[in-house]
Order: sequence, then structure tokens, then C-alpha cells
Amino acid sequence: MAKAFDVRKQWGFTTIAIICFVTLYLPVILLVIYSFNAGSSVAIWEGVSLRWYRSAWENTQVQEATIRSLVIALWASGISTSAAVLAALATTRVRPFKGYSAVFAAINQPLMVPEIVTAVALLIFFAGIKVQTGYTGLAYIIIAHAAFCIPFAYLPIRARLTGMDLSLEQAAADLYATPFQVFRRITLPQLWPGILAGAMLAFVISLDDVVITEFVKSAGQDTLPTYMLGQLRRNITPEVNAISTVLLGISVTMVIAFFFVSRIKK
Amino acid sequence: MIEIRNVSKAYGAGKSRFLALDDVSVTIRENEFFTLLGPSGCGKTTLLRTIAGFVDPTDGSVSMNGEDLLKLPPHSRPVNTVFQSYALFPHLTVRQNIAFGLEMLGKPKAEITRTVDDMMALVQMTAMADRQTGQISGGQQQRVALARALAPKPKVLLLDEPLSALDFKLRKDMQIELKRLQTETGITFVFVTHDQEEALTMSDRVAVMKAGSIRQIGSPRDIYDRPAERFVADFIGDTNFIPVEVSQIAGTVAQIKLPSGKMIEARAVEGATGGASTLAVRPEHATLGIAQDALMAGTLKNIVYFGTDTHYHVDLDGADSFVVRAQNTPGNKLDFSVGDAVGITFPPQVGQVLRD
Repeated sequence: MAKAFDVRKQWGFTTIAIICFVTLYLPVILLVIYSFNAGSSVAIWEGVSLRWYRSAWENTQVQEATIRSLVIALWASGISTSAAVLAALATTRVRPFKGYSAVFAAINQPLMVPEIVTAVALLIFFAGIKVQTGYTGLAYIIIAHAAFCIPFAYLPIRARLTGMDLSLEQAAADLYATPFQVFRRITLPQLWPGILAGAMLAFVISLDDVVITEFVKSAGQDTLPTYMLGQLRRNITPEVNAISTVLLGISVTMVIAFFFVSRIKK
Repeated sequence: MIEIRNVSKAYGAGKSRFLALDDVSVTIRENEFFTLLGPSGCGKTTLLRTIAGFVDPTDGSVSMNGEDLLKLPPHSRPVNTVFQSYALFPHLTVRQNIAFGLEMLGKPKAEITRTVDDMMALVQMTAMADRQTGQISGGQQQRVALARALAPKPKVLLLDEPLSALDFKLRKDMQIELKRLQTETGITFVFVTHDQEEALTMSDRVAVMKAGSIRQIGSPRDIYDRPAERFVADFIGDTNFIPVEVSQIAGTVAQIKLPSGKMIEARAVEGATGGASTLAVRPEHATLGIAQDALMAGTLKNIVYFGTDTHYHVDLDGADSFVVRAQNTPGNKLDFSVGDAVGITFPPQVGQVLRD
């Protein structure tokens, strides 16, 4: 009897897999380890210490950038999730129409257009508005983030909607619920895990964006990632490692939570 | 009273165009248990959903007591549906599910509580009031779905194969239960099923559907005893089909010549014509005897024992096979064995000459 094809038995498979995982995770592991370095180098180990976490915590620039990042991420995820709910309803609860694929592509456009192109376009666009209005607040960054976060919020919400039993909404309509009541009383209570998952994903994506933020921000509007980028140009201390480790912790927690929330049964 | 006039529903276009409903007209009377019966894909559910408002017909009109239903969205139609999947709201309790329609109608709280209590008592679910719908059995879910649809006291209740997910015993009980509820509430039931026995036992009238059109409408007895065409005779119960010559038709009585050459009177449906035709004879309407003086002669091929009755499979001389069903009552033991020459007899006006 011929042996069944087993990809694990193929020559080099294990080696390639190990190389991939090492390349992916070793630098991150080193970054985390050196965040606890007692010395001020990111390459020479001098013992364990929480010195750089304390230093980051007490750094007013880091404090301001963190608060700014969180404010932007909250607004951006809120706006993009609301828009994504409407977009998901419009693309799953209507009859198939001509140009459906085009609409779908348009919603997911930020996933396809190179980020740097969006960034340059926004820079020029917002520059014009800044000149006209004189407004230079955080709204520019929030709007830019909300826009590119929409597909990330949209996809889990849409997945939830398409997986939903349509006869529930019909049953509600049959029992005299108006379309709005159907949404309020039947669709929304079942959709919330999808909405929560979408919002969390959007939050994480906004929190760690560099390219668009770097182009759109005005002076003194550093977010945590752009602040870190700025630091790297000067002298690198393990403080950057410490901030990165905290960001990593937040992202991993959110992604794990996203995973569980999106698996909640109806 | 629901009037359905010349309703058609087409899906797709061009070559892939498909008529789910093909010029259907039917009047459903007040307080009637009306059944749409047919094989899957015959359009019975599409017709039900047209009444409920989930399907927009391509053509035709649907009205209830003179009011045009097609102008109303589903939530404004005075009908409620029991869905095949039950479609109970999973995030609500049994009580909240049953109360949903009344709440949407804006009924006062006290009235809602009272009606919901009545409904739960009616379907014997009072003990389960605060359970989540995922925590009750299929039969219980079915009863909750029924109570939820009955609670707003609709003029018409639409039931889409509500018993198909239940096991045999429970289904038998629910058939009787549904019939009782219909009689007690006086609500018109429009019931969709592919189960001919269900249709015969519960309905006041049955509409047999095939390929998007209604083939015959009548009481269960009409449909069973006087099928208009081969499809109806074949779909409902077992039938023997015999090729015959119709020599004369007077009203609903036809003179026919059997393949054996013998003449007998048979019933004819409207539209039956003379010449070559098909005669339908139910297995239990024929009797087995000796070949002499019988209407048709043949050889006994097989005897199948069913407990309540026995089926005798006979190969007719020079024609097809024929099945005779005899009740196994005490003393009614036919003394034939396989291979015997036997005769088949049935009384005049028992066979039915079909339309096609």
C-alpha cells in the first residue's frame, strides 16, 4: 500500500518552518528581553531591572503621546465601526444589485491601496483644508484613521451578519416589527459580538499606525508609534523596548479577545 | 377569506428563468384548515411566503377580505407564520418569544401577560416560561413557535412544514393537537406539507401542487377517492394504473373496457375523453379471488405482510402488475400462495378514469 502524502515528511519542510518561526519571533523575543535591561544599551545585557519601564512611565512626552494615541484610537474605532455596521447591513440585507462587487471593493479599498499613497494623498488634501480653515487639531488624524480602519471593522461584522439566520428577522417582521424594530430587537442583540470584534480590531490597527499618522500629524501631535520612530533617530535606549513591549501586550490581548468574541455563539 | 388570483413568481431571466408559481388561483375560506401539498420544489412554500409577504409575486393579486395584501409590508399583514426552522429568537426566553408580537402591536402590559400565560397553558409550556429557547427540546420549540404565532390572534396562521423536524410519535400527537387548536381558535390555518398522510388527516381541503401550479383542490376524501390526474393519484396513497378503452361517457360515469376485454362502469373526472385512457384503482378497493368470473386474471407473484394488512402483488395476464391490499381482520385469511392463478375484482364506479 502506498503511503499517503504527508507534507511533514517532505524534505526541508521542518527546516523551512523553523527558519520562518525564528525570523518572526526571535527579534520580538529579544526586544522584550532587553526591555528589562539594567544597562542603557539595547545590545549588551547588564542585568534585570524595571528601570526603563519607570523611565517611560515618568516621561511626559510618552504620557502625552500615549493619551493622544488612545484618544485617536477610541474615536477612530468608534467612527469606523459605526460606518462598518451600516456598510455591512447595506451589503448583506439588500437584494443582489448591479455593481455589488464594486461597492464591496470600494469599502475594502484601504486594504488594497498602498498606505504610502493614501498618506501622501491625505497630506495634500488636508494641507489645503488647513490653509482654508486654519484648524490644526487632532480631527485630521482621527478622520484618516477612521477611514482606513473601516475594512477591518467591516469584515468581522459582515461575517457575523451573513452567518445569521435570516428567518429570525423574517419572523420578527411577521410578528409586526417594523424594519427598525427588527434591527433594534433582533439583529443588533445578535450582532454585538461582531461589532465588538470589529471595534477591537479597528482600535489595534489605529493604535499602531505609523505611515499615515506621520504624514498627517501637525507639529506636537506625536502618537506613541511616531514618538518611538522619532526616538530611534536619536540615541536608542531600552525605553523604546519597554514601550514596544507594552504596545505588544495590548495588541496581543486585544487580538486574543477578538478571537474569543468573534466565536461567541448566537 | 384569502383570494389568490393568477399569481406567478419567476426567478432568474432568459434561459435560466424559472417559474416557482405558474398562474395559481385559489380561494381559502374563513376558519378553514387548508393544506398545500406537494413534493419539494412544487412551489407550496413560495405560495405561503407570498401570503406572508416575503415573496413578491411577478404577477397576480392576493387579497384578504377585499384588502390588497400585496400593498402591505410583512409587518402590516394580519397573518402570522410558524416557520419550518421555528426561528425562535435565541436571545429571548420562551415567555419573551411569545410576547414579541403583542409587544410590537403595542398592547398594554397586563393584556400581554394574560395572553402569554393563556398561550403557554394552551401549548403546555407554562413550566418552561423562563427557559432560553436553546434549552428546550425540538417538540417544545415547535409548541413555542406555535404559541408565538397564535398570541397576536391573527386572522390567518401560516404553517410551513412545522412538523417535519419532529419524530414519528411526537408528530402524530402534534397533528391532533394542531387540529384541536384550529377548531378551538377558529383561525384559518394554511398548512404546507409534503406528507400526504398529514394532509389527509388534518385538512378540511387540500390543494395538490406540482411544478408551480395547483393540480387539484378538494376535501381529503375527494383527493384520495377521485384523483383528477395521474400525478395526484400517484402522489397520494398507492394506486394501480390500468390502460383502458373508454367507450362512452355520461356525466361522471364512463363505460370502460379493461385489457381483459371485460366492460365495467367507472367514475370519470371532468374533462376526461373517450378512447385510450388510464384507470386508477386503489389497492384496498379491489379484492382477490379465483380467476373464474373475475374482472382480470393473473398470477400471484408476491405476498407482503404488513401487520394491519397484507399486500398481494399480481402479474396480470398480458399487462402490468396489480396490487391488492386486504385487511388482516380475524377470519379474513386469503388462502392463496405465490404462483397461484388468481382473479381481481372491484365494484362498478370504484375505478377513476384520469384526465391524462
